Amino acid sequence: MIDILAVVRHDPCLVAFLRMSPSLTPVEFRVPPVDAVALETRAAELATRSIKKQAKVQGLRLCIAMMDLTTLEGMDSPGKVRQLCAKAKHPLPGRTDLPSCAAVCVYPDLVEVAVHALRGSTVQVASVATGFPSGRTDRALKLREVQLAVEAGASEIDMVIDRGAFLSGRYGQVYDEICEVKQACGPARLKVILETGELKTYDNIRRACRIALLAGGDFLKTSTGKVTPASTLPVVLLMLEAVRDHYLETGNQVGVKAAGGIRTGKDALRYLVLVAETAGDLWLSPSWFRFGASSLLNDVLMQLEKERTARYQRPTDFSAD
Amino acid sequence: MDDHGEKTSQKSSEKTSPKRARAARPELKFGAVWQYEPAPESTDHFAIAPRHELFVGGAWKKPRSGEYFTTIDPATERVLSEVAMAGEKDVDAAVAAARQAFPAWSRLSGEDRSRYLFRIARILLERAREFACLETLDNGKPIRETRDVDIPLAAQHFFYHAGWADKLELLFPGQQAEPLGVVGQIIPWNFPLLMAAWKIAPALAAGNCVVLKPAETSPLTALRLCEVLQQAGLPPGVVNVITGDGSTGALLVRHRGLQKVAFTGSTEVGKEIQRAVAGAGIELTLELGGKAAHVVFEDAALDQAVEGVVRGIFFNQGHVCCAGSRLLVQESVHDLFVEKLRARMARIRVGNPMDKNTDMGAIHSKVQLGRIEQLVAAGVAEGASLFQSACELPKKGFWFAPSMFTNVALSHRIAREEIFGPVLSVLTFRTPEEAVEKANNTSYGLSAGIWTDKGSRILWLAERMKAGVVWNNTFNRFDAGSPFGGFKESGFGREGGRQGMRAYVKLRGSLSPG
Repeated sequence: MIDILAVVRHDPCLVAFLRMSPSLTPVEFRVPPVDAVALETRAAELATRSIKKQAKVQGLRLCIAMMDLTTLEGMDSPGKVRQLCAKAKHPLPGRTDLPSCAAVCVYPDLVEVAVHALRGSTVQVASVATGFPSGRTDRALKLREVQLAVEAGASEIDMVIDRGAFLSGRYGQVYDEICEVKQACGPARLKVILETGELKTYDNIRRACRIALLAGGDFLKTSTGKVTPASTLPVVLLMLEAVRDHYLETGNQVGVKAAGGIRTGKDALRYLVLVAETAGDLWLSPSWFRFGASSLLNDVLMQLEKERTARYQRPTDFSAD
Repeated sequence: MDDHGEKTSQKSSEKTSPKRARAARPELKFGAVWQYEPAPESTDHFAIAPRHELFVGGAWKKPRSGEYFTTIDPATERVLSEVAMAGEKDVDAAVAAARQAFPAWSRLSGEDRSRYLFRIARILLERAREFACLETLDNGKPIRETRDVDIPLAAQHFFYHAGWADKLELLFPGQQAEPLGVVGQIIPWNFPLLMAAWKIAPALAAGNCVVLKPAETSPLTALRLCEVLQQAGLPPGVVNVITGDGSTGALLVRHRGLQKVAFTGSTEVGKEIQRAVAGAGIELTLELGGKAAHVVFEDAALDQAVEGVVRGIFFNQGHVCCAGSRLLVQESVHDLFVEKLRARMARIRVGNPMDKNTDMGAIHSKVQLGRIEQLVAAGVAEGASLFQSACELPKKGFWFAPSMFTNVALSHRIAREEIFGPVLSVLTFRTPEEAVEKANNTSYGLSAGIWTDKGSRILWLAERMKAGVVWNNTFNRFDAGSPFGGFKESGFGREGGRQGMRAYVKLRGSLSPG
């Protein structure tokens, strides 16, 4: 007898479909094609939303609460990470009404420092892993790295998918790897970095979303920040459609993280508009939408101070961490 | 709607394995966590004169009758201004002014005509914000559309045709293109400035003079365009704008001083005009109604197709002759697609057209609202299922919620008659052949849309669609370089592109008669 699951092993979408309830139709379970022109048109249309006054203040505050303050440099040091942690806990001295950031995102070897610095706060510690940013290493090493980060206290793991495998059509391998990493995460939430700048086409990105969703990722994340283009509005719109449809089909909610290239409060609000009008209220929370950024926070703070005082402060009025 | 609800509840009860058990079907929520503040475009940067006269011979002239009518803001029913009612003598005067201007204008070098058109385009863009606001106030369409579509496209038409003015010999190689003379042009209320630009720009590029009659419910931007023409130094009489109701239009098309009539509007009036000019040696182009089919195949990019369908029918409140008012969706994805559409329709922001976040504005007039309500009532009576987005509509003004009919039969009135409002009729098909047959089963033939991921199928269908424009994986996209016009009862003649220029010249010295 033919083992159907073995035959279609490189199409995880089909595998998942065959495993799941027959009441789902194949149409619902295919990877939907994406029309680039119409997707970009819609993203550009939503980017014209005018966010003013109270809506702007509320939106910017939400952006802070959704921020994964990130440092992923070869020159990162414990001192730098401690500084970043202080900023994440209290973004602006004297403004106790502002929320803390969602998380601090570091390399695995600095997780311990961050955990220590953030003790007693609500800020989570996220660690990249799995041979970040390229993912070009042995799977056993990737899993070991995840395990070390979790043991060191990371409550969120940002993994990269194997783009080499993906682009050569070995989708099953990508799927299996995410499944294994998910298992290695234990209680930590898994963010799956698709590195959309290397997948190139929206069809590829949509397929990668499907694979990561079926493999049990808790978040879809656009980019490592090391490849240009990093996060773009159309890509995040596409991801939001993917998690929305996944939720409607399965009842499982998965988050989205837009990472890299988002530098101004205005940009961030455009992403928030995408969330508000595509996936909706359930995702308008730090648990389900994140920004991965480093310089964004200061611009958001500057905009908030401008709304409060009706004038712009100097950039040097905000701490450069 | 009910059908689908039943199916899905069945579906979830089948899956009540302990691991995947869940209380209710997952549902999305919108608008409770973060709301946008009102963001109205300011209107203090321009004024609307309390009274508008006729623009004849380069100057503002009072109507001989002394009669005026009012134009209102359909979103608030507030009177915006009084507008002159042109009678027989005013029409005579306008045509005479155009005839007088014609010899000098038509003898001007193409390069000089081109300069005027460029100048008009530039001034229009410089005053874009003012025109966008005025158009929104007078028409009821959202500022987002006038700002991003109407005004930029109107300017583009002048820019584009400025380019042809000095290249007529390239347009018609081996032939000499000569202007026709005086052109009478009647335009509708759905794209007041854009239609004025579509009509005036090619006419002037070819060396014709124009008498333009805007719609009586939306005359203000065409009248303000006259200010731009003055600013650009256009010689007096080259363009004359006379306002009035249908009787003024009837006087204009029956005037024997014209060499051509160009009309955009309803099929009913178009037929009348065709009768009026018959046998008088007057050239005619008509751009009339439509009942476009928007065909969605199961392999289409469904989320983007939803956007396309929304753009196709809810753009400009559905007051679009080429609106994709009949959705033909492949049976295998019908339920899923309708579900997606319904969710997306609920996100359409209906309200104050001057708010920059408004997606859909007011219905243009009480008359049009009545017609929409009547056809929607007919749809319900004929047994189709109506879904309307549960948006809150303002108390004053003319409003209609985004609406969709499912379970529509081809024989229903809502599948045959042009509604010209935000009402979509959903039908199904099973094979490409059936899609073509149903798409062409209409007395109109203006536009059509196809959504599929398969290139060869797009070409196969486009060849067979009896429609002047076939959009592939997009809808309601316009460009000055792309000819627009219909088949059958949607009219004849093309506007835009090389074909559009052909309608404004007579050709001499050709081997074959032009």
